Amino acid sequence: MMVMLLFIFVLAMFLGFELISKVPSQLHTPLMSGSNAISGITIVGAIIAAGRGDTAFTVILGTLAVCLATINVIGGYVVTDRMLGMFRHGGRRK
Amino acid sequence: MNNAAHIEIAYITAAVLFCFGIKMLSSPKTARKGNLVSAFGMLLAVGATLLYKGLDLRWIGVGMALGGIGGVLAARLVQMTAMPQMVAVFNGFGGAASLLVAWSEYHIRHPERMGLMPIAVAATVIIGAVTFTGSMIAYAKLAERIPSRPILFPHQHPINAALGITAVGCTAVFLMSPASHYALFLFVMLTALVLGVLLVIPIGGADMPVVICLLNSYSGLAAAAAGFVILNNVLIVSGALVGASGIILTRIMCKAMNRSLANVLFGGFGALRQGKKGYHGEARSLSVEDAYYLLEAARSVVFVPGYGMAAAQAQHVVRELGELLESNGAEVKYCIHPVAGRMPGHMNVLLAEANVPYEKLVEPPDVNPIMDTVDVAVVIGANDVVNPAARDEPSSPLYGMPIIEVDRARTCVVIKRSLNPGFAGVDNPLFFKPNTRMLFGDAKQVVSSLVAEFKEAT
Repeated sequence: MMVMLLFIFVLAMFLGFELISKVPSQLHTPLMSGSNAISGITIVGAIIAAGRGDTAFTVILGTLAVCLATINVIGGYVVTDRMLGMFRHGGRRK
Repeated sequence: MNNAAHIEIAYITAAVLFCFGIKMLSSPKTARKGNLVSAFGMLLAVGATLLYKGLDLRWIGVGMALGGIGGVLAARLVQMTAMPQMVAVFNGFGGAASLLVAWSEYHIRHPERMGLMPIAVAATVIIGAVTFTGSMIAYAKLAERIPSRPILFPHQHPINAALGITAVGCTAVFLMSPASHYALFLFVMLTALVLGVLLVIPIGGADMPVVICLLNSYSGLAAAAAGFVILNNVLIVSGALVGASGIILTRIMCKAMNRSLANVLFGGFGALRQGKKGYHGEARSLSVEDAYYLLEAARSVVFVPGYGMAAAQAQHVVRELGELLESNGAEVKYCIHPVAGRMPGHMNVLLAEANVPYEKLVEPPDVNPIMDTVDVAVVIGANDVVNPAARDEPSSPLYGMPIIEVDRARTCVVIKRSLNPGFAGVDNPLFFKPNTRMLFGDAKQVVSSLVAEFKEAT
């Protein structure tokens, strides 16, 4: 199982390199905040930890994790959208 | 859990949507949609996870509500100039969340899942902790809560090395019998938290683009490591994508400064170099009125913005000046160096905010070859990225860094508060060149008065 996951990890890294080398430098800030939001995917683990209710302590850790990851995800996507909304053509200024 | 297959399919779909989203980010035309595609992927992944049988949704709801409100408020209210610190904070929170996930997983210590899991737990905790405290320090530096110059103390490198070795050593001991070493686990976490602080404090403000990229990469790798802890594909794939993205950006930034990553991280650049060479030629200064006449006669103008423009919030008046110059018949471009500002693409975002169409934003390789034909190059709060010493003087610490060669323009106007050297502490011979004119003052005030001159004239 672990080896299989490692395999997926390596392939995904390569895919990431391929996809991201094509992003032009003027979009680097949105790329960063957008990929930052994607790294908030750890929210999936946080939800499980908070919801499984194994012990009170893990519920606390999990809830905190859900909160932080949600800030990361929502904040990241909203701010990226806000930024990208500002990029515009010469044609339709203002 | 008979709905497990559906959840898995949702995860795969989410991962595919993330890939498409990033792919669409490669053009300004599709970028915004790409972000929405990626956000939809996230929604799908979260929605699917909530379907796991037997989850108690109460605390999840509390965490999501608090985080959602916090995230939306922060993202809506933040000023565009404060974007780098905002990204740093989000990064840190992502890292912290991964750390907490691994911790709670370890806390339960499912005996049947011990196998290789402790390695993943240790990796997540270390990367997550360094990401968290490192990002918080980066935030504090960028927001100038603490001095943004490199903070150095005696024996910094040996102390950091000792701390690193301690973390690795303790991790090794921990891995030998993970179940019985809770205290050691906490100690490793603590060491990593301290390490995150110590690794970022010696790095100065202008090197922040590199650090932000690197921390971005770490937050992805922490998420991927957490994926190994809870054996979840979507975490691994998305984390790897972000990790790769951060590594690429880090490499681009380092290349744009002609420095190795090790030099950025451990160089303490800017603080060590006290022995200044000093170019004590005379700098010719210029009044706003003279600058107006110069610009009024110019047929082609290139603006070179830097952190000074962001600090003075001058992007809107710069755009206004640019438009006035255009209606005066000049061709106007904005040339942006990859490391200008405090994060990759920082200047692009600011000028986009000020409504400058992205077609007018160009990169150094587009402008340098035609620099001789440019009438006026206006440098606004940039310094090291236009330092000709990087091209001409092998002894300069900046030597080899690709620059925007504004010194080759017919006239170069530098808007700057003083003759002080830039972040790197390296004097700039540009200021003393015969075709350079210094326009002293705050970027916003100076450019506003130029705009006023133009308006009076018409």
